[in-house]
Order: sequence, then structure tokens, then C-alpha cells
Amino acid sequence: MPLSVKHLLGTNELTGNDMEQIFLTADNFKQVLKRDIKKVPALRDTTIANIFFENSTRTRLSFELAEKRLGADVVNFSASGSSVSKGETLIDTVNNILAMKVDMVVMRHSASGAPWFLSQHINCAVINAGDGTNQHPTQALLDAFSIRERLGSVVGRRVAIIGDIMHSRVALSNIYCLLRLGAEVMVAGPPTLIPKHIQSLGVKTEYNVRKALEWCEVANVLRIQLERMQKPLFSTLREYALYYGVTKDMLDSLSKEIVIMHPGPINRGVEISSDAADSKQSIILNQVENGVAIRMAVIYLLSGNRGLNVGI
Amino acid sequence: MVKTLFNNSHLQITMMRLAHQLVENHLSFQDTVIIGIQPRGVNLSDRIVKMVREIIGNQPIAYGKLDITFYRDDLHKKDLLAPAQTEIPFSIQDKSVILVDDVLYTGRTIRSAMDALIDFGRPKKVELLVLIDRRFSRELPIEPDYTGMAVDTILTQKVKVHWDANDKNDEVLLIDKV
Repeated sequence: MPLSVKHLLGTNELTGNDMEQIFLTADNFKQVLKRDIKKVPALRDTTIANIFFENSTRTRLSFELAEKRLGADVVNFSASGSSVSKGETLIDTVNNILAMKVDMVVMRHSASGAPWFLSQHINCAVINAGDGTNQHPTQALLDAFSIRERLGSVVGRRVAIIGDIMHSRVALSNIYCLLRLGAEVMVAGPPTLIPKHIQSLGVKTEYNVRKALEWCEVANVLRIQLERMQKPLFSTLREYALYYGVTKDMLDSLSKEIVIMHPGPINRGVEISSDAADSKQSIILNQVENGVAIRMAVIYLLSGNRGLNVGI
Repeated sequence: MVKTLFNNSHLQITMMRLAHQLVENHLSFQDTVIIGIQPRGVNLSDRIVKMVREIIGNQPIAYGKLDITFYRDDLHKKDLLAPAQTEIPFSIQDKSVILVDDVLYTGRTIRSAMDALIDFGRPKKVELLVLIDRRFSRELPIEPDYTGMAVDTILTQKVKVHWDANDKNDEVLLIDKV
């Protein structure tokens, strides 16, 4: 019953069984979230710290809601306005927070691998809420959960991930997660935004977005992460929108109706047009709704390892 | 040592008696709902509800299932449990609720169930029906309103209820752990 891992760092570390367990538990929590009282007291003896070294709206709110709806006590920390600017190290910062009797840490960090590093040096469960350009496991789990909800299953489904694959932690976590669940995965976008050798993970690559849309049943469209680009990788956003943007006309001209997803934040008119993002086939807001249930499931299933904290 | 508390035919008679007692107190079941506690209480409530329906002439009865995993007070004391489905597709506001479980022991499950129940609304009244009441082992002030059989047991004994998929070989055993 407990997960095979003590921390949720990346989706590559989860077994298919773990994912199934998370989905089944999330089904339960989704049902709790539909009640008048959207709360259970399962984690009333648990305190969770949300440590965000990087900006976030959705993920942070989603985690905080998930924690509160499990009955946990929550403390929030963001790097701006903290002692990090005075030169405190990551481990010192977190150990100081843990000294105040915190049982679990949810961390977002701009450095890839930061949660792995942290998990080796502290004595409590760590949940990765996004690390640099590496992984964002809860996003991938909620994406797969949303596909399962809309199409009934993930196994055998053809999923295209379109856009800035190079800088996207959502893309990598999604690839590991979907492949583990038996889906077929294609990445599509301009060659400069697709890492070389990504095929070695077992995904197809495509530089023509139209062809990718024709192939897939689900299109997960990603934002261009200008803030992570040190040098220009395409000429203008307008050119990107013209050649790689997903539009409603394009979707209407396909022979079948595909499911549109986006992890947010959306740059409307760049990677996806407004009418495509708001169309009936889009499940973007379902993804956000499912995010709370998935995060409740992950936190609940990892809370079984709280015994680790003894002795601090 | 294994002692049979209920064999199949004895169990059917007792469940029928419990069903009649429910009808005696709640007549048409208009303002009464039955809720089985997941996972094992549901086996009993499935059977009781079927019997009650037969007695009152197949009138509809509001029947739900309640999972109490997230309300347990020992959640982090032992291995995590997989939650089961909660299905309460009706309002319990101002209704009489009959909670159904198979064995009443420490009373902690029922405490959790009442907590979970209150999150769905404010019932007019909550009653408890159990098949086996293990007397003198309560850790909370909780007593059943309808009892299949009251047994005096000691800590090392275990009550095992076997539910047969076809209702043909249901039985309840008292097992001495050596």
C-alpha cells in the first residue's frame, strides 16, 4: 500500500503501481472535494512547509489547498524577503524550518536536482514542486490523471507534447510518467527547442506541429520559457506563433477531435490561440481542478513515512 | 481453538431479526437512511438492506457507504491503509441514520464514522447496528442500538466474519490466538 519511494522527486522514480495507487487515492479525494465540507482530518497531526525559491501561482496555491484540505498545518516560505538573501545555504534554511517541528517539505527551486540534494541531507519527506528545467512530478501525475479521466485510460494513448521541450520540467516528467503508464509519446516544436538525443528516452520527435496534431489523441501544449533562454533560439514570438502555435482552425481541420491540455501559465496567441485554449476540447481547467486531488493523494501517501523525523 | 459463533442458518435468522427491528422502529424508512461502514460493514449492510426492502414491500430506501480511513485516530501509528469508496448520494440533513458495522470492539471505528458522517450534514439521530458486540472491551463510551450477538471476549481472541459471495456460507468464528 505505501509508495515504493520516501520522497516524490521525479516521475522516473515511480513504478506503475505507485502511479495507480496515487490515481485511486486521488479519485477518493476528488469525491471529498465535491462535498459541502471539502476537508478530511487525515493529516491533522502533520505540519508541512512550502518552500518556494521560484515564482509560482497555480502550484503553490494547489499545494496549499491540498494540505489544508487534508487538515495539515501549513507554513509558507518564499525566497524573496527571507534570509536566503543574507547568504544562508539551502540545507541551513531547511533545517531551521524543520527544527520548528515540520514533518514534510514541498520545494520549488530554480536549480535542477535541488530536491534530490535536499532529500539526502534532511530527515523528512521531500516533494518536488518543480526544479529548474528538470522535473515537475505532480504536474505530470495530474496530467496523466486528467487524460485517464477524459479518455478512460492512459495505456496505448498517443500524446504529443508541443512547444519548448528544452526548458520544460513538465515535458520531462510527463515523458517518464506517460511512458511508464504505457502511452505513446511524441515531442514536437522547433528543432532549437528540442534537446538532441531525446529519442533515447523512447519518444518520437516531430518538427511539424500539424503532423503532430494529426498523429495524437492528446496535445499537451507548453509555454515558451523566455526567462530560461540565455541566447535567442527563434527569431520572434510572432514567427513562433505562426509556425508552431496551435489554433482553433488547425484543430477543426483535423479528422478527429483531440484533447487539448496546457500546464499554464498560458501565453495566449503564442503557443496556443485563445479560441483553441477555451474550446470544448480543452481540459485546461480540469487539469487545475485535478491538481488539488493529485497533490492530496501524494501528500497523504508520503505521510506514512513521518517516522523518519524522529530524533531531530 | 476456534469456536463458531454463527453458522450460516443461524446468521440468516439473526440478520432477519435485525431487519425486523429496524422496520419496527423506522416503519416506512421515509426519514431514515442506512449507511454501511467500509469495507467490512458493507457486507452486512448489503444483506440487511435487502431484507428490509423485502419486508416493507420493495419501497426505495436511501442506502450509502462510508469510508472512514481519513478520519481514523491511528492513521500514522501503523501502515497506511488504502481508502475505499464513500457513496452517500443523498442528503442526511435531519434524517435518522443507521450506521452498520460487523464487529464493535474498541468503538474507535464508530467514533471516526460519526466524525465523517457529520461532514455530510447534521442528522436528526444516529443509531448503531452491529452483528457482534465484543463487550467489556470498549475504549470509548459507545454502545450499539441493535446487536446480533453480544460476546464476552479477551484481548487475545479474534472475531472473524466470513462473508460468502453467494450468501450460502456466511459464518462468524471466535479464534483463540495461541
